Amino acid sequence: MAALIECEDVWKIYRVGDVDVQALRGLSLTIEQGEFVAIMGSSGSGKSTLMNMLGCLDQPTKGHYRLNGIEVGRLTPDQLAGIRNQQIGFVFQSFNLIPRTSALENAQLPLFYRGLSLKEQRTKAAEALGRVGLHGREDHYPTQLSGGQQQRVAIARALVTSPSLLLADEPTGNLDTQSSQEIMKILETLNRDEGITIILVTHEIDVAAYAAREIVIKDGQVLSDRVTKARPPASPVEG
Amino acid sequence: MAAFVWLTIMTALRILGRNRMRAGLTMLGIVIGVAAVIAMVSIGEGAKRAVQAQIATMGTNVIIIFPGVTSASGVRGSQGSAITLTVSDALELKKRIPLLVDTGWSRRDVMQIVYGNKNWNGPIYGISPSYLTIRDWSFTSGGPFTQTDLDSAARVALIGQTIVDNLFESGEEPVGAVIRIKNVPFRIIGVLAPKGQSSQGSDQDDVIFIPFSTAERKVFGTSFIGSVAAMFGSTDQVEDLPMAAEQIREVLRSRHRLQAEQNDDFTIKTQVDIGKVQEGTSETLTVMLFSIASVSLLVGGIGIMNILLVSVTERTREIGVRMAVGAKRYHIVMQFLIEAMTLSLVGGVLGIVLGVAGAKLTTLIAGWPTIISGNVIVVSFFFSLVVGLFFGLYPANKAARLNPIEALRYE
Repeated sequence: MAALIECEDVWKIYRVGDVDVQALRGLSLTIEQGEFVAIMGSSGSGKSTLMNMLGCLDQPTKGHYRLNGIEVGRLTPDQLAGIRNQQIGFVFQSFNLIPRTSALENAQLPLFYRGLSLKEQRTKAAEALGRVGLHGREDHYPTQLSGGQQQRVAIARALVTSPSLLLADEPTGNLDTQSSQEIMKILETLNRDEGITIILVTHEIDVAAYAAREIVIKDGQVLSDRVTKARPPASPVEG
Repeated sequence: MAAFVWLTIMTALRILGRNRMRAGLTMLGIVIGVAAVIAMVSIGEGAKRAVQAQIATMGTNVIIIFPGVTSASGVRGSQGSAITLTVSDALELKKRIPLLVDTGWSRRDVMQIVYGNKNWNGPIYGISPSYLTIRDWSFTSGGPFTQTDLDSAARVALIGQTIVDNLFESGEEPVGAVIRIKNVPFRIIGVLAPKGQSSQGSDQDDVIFIPFSTAERKVFGTSFIGSVAAMFGSTDQVEDLPMAAEQIREVLRSRHRLQAEQNDDFTIKTQVDIGKVQEGTSETLTVMLFSIASVSLLVGGIGIMNILLVSVTERTREIGVRMAVGAKRYHIVMQFLIEAMTLSLVGGVLGIVLGVAGAKLTTLIAGWPTIISGNVIVVSFFFSLVVGLFFGLYPANKAARLNPIEALRYE
């Protein structure tokens, strides 16, 4: 079975004024379906650029990035949007919920762009909120929820489309220790029980400890890549 | 797709509902623009209709011929001052031009009329009996005088409603009463049905008609027997008017022995010419008012664009999130276009309500006639939709062109 993510000599070069900034310099990486990977690195290491690329928000300047065998570098903006909608769930550091919009409607958002009927959107979104333990809070607005609860709404939004890849960019960066642990447990469970591939960017060692593989990025290249936990036995539903 | 549009409309309404003050102020331009268009066009149409009705009181397919101006040692008199038209001209025109159904003539002077212990100064018209039919006069009581009255210079008179109101007590029957004009007694044989104001604004009911011959011999003391102040003709069809006018001109020129280089010593006006001038005036007014209202719509549109641009900036992060979870460009474009169109349409509908109310109020308060046409409402509605679409396009495109990475990072 082909790997979920294949990066092959990926370069990303930005032009800032007259200077070329090389954010990624020939990075190569393979991530299999069902992995839980932590990506670490200091600021400026290129990990944000890598995350944007893995999330199909950005495209490589040079090299190949294949997601589920699709060459992402050749896609148009609308095709990228389609891939994000079908295959990727995002969890951001600052939650990025739409303000003054209920938890249910926030969780519905990806399905809205998928063109599902309103009834289907609601059913699936309510189910996703249930999975992150927010049953009964469907009508709450972001301001009525704690930080941890808001991040769980964001996870529900990422889950609602049953993506093959969940990208969490410092998901605990704005949370207290207890909420952080709750969020990480949810992610861990999703990976273990549902086989969702999770890529996590973090600064914190104890957060990274939830992952089974740790990749350190430096100067736009992979500095180290090691398995920190034995992968759980492949479940029969996987793939 | 239907679910998408529906939800987007609901979202747009909610976003607008959240900022009621802002939405209201943004819509105000469109509201005022549409209301102005509807009120102005209604008033303009009403004025046009009123003018048409006034012109219709002149008669049906009427041609009026005035004498030319006198010119004594290069000093010109006013129009109609020359004594160039005569009764025999009028009779000859009828004989020689088959297009003319009839011709008539009149001569006018203002004199004192006495009845009992009351008096009134009003215009006395000496007319041919045919004048009454050409000018479409009808009667509320009594009837017209005849050719016999004209031939015998009978002392009979027809009076208009204004004269009745000023000389007679209410309920008193004027027909049969005797009035005195310049001490000559006249028996009233008919009361004219009111016509109201003329298109020049004069009271058409302030008239006394007496036979032309009687006027000439017993009242006016004319020095040139047979000269008239105006001649009238009428045709069957309105299309015949220009042709008839041209033929009248030829006949009169030859009768007056005018050389090719000499100007006409008379002026011919048809009802169509007079109508055109009047309608032209109200048309100019309508066009002017409409363009003012359009400017207001334009300003309203710019207001919508402005607030949408602010909205795009404010909601940059939201746009980033929407893009991240899979919104394509057209989704974002649609969202902002629908918001713009919701603003302009709600504004348009409010404007229509306000405009119709304004027109009705104008009729109620100022007494001006107004006509609210369905067309102008449909056009206004459509126009406000187009304004929303047009001025929404730029902000919507701006939103759709955002880079999702930068939008997500926007503070």
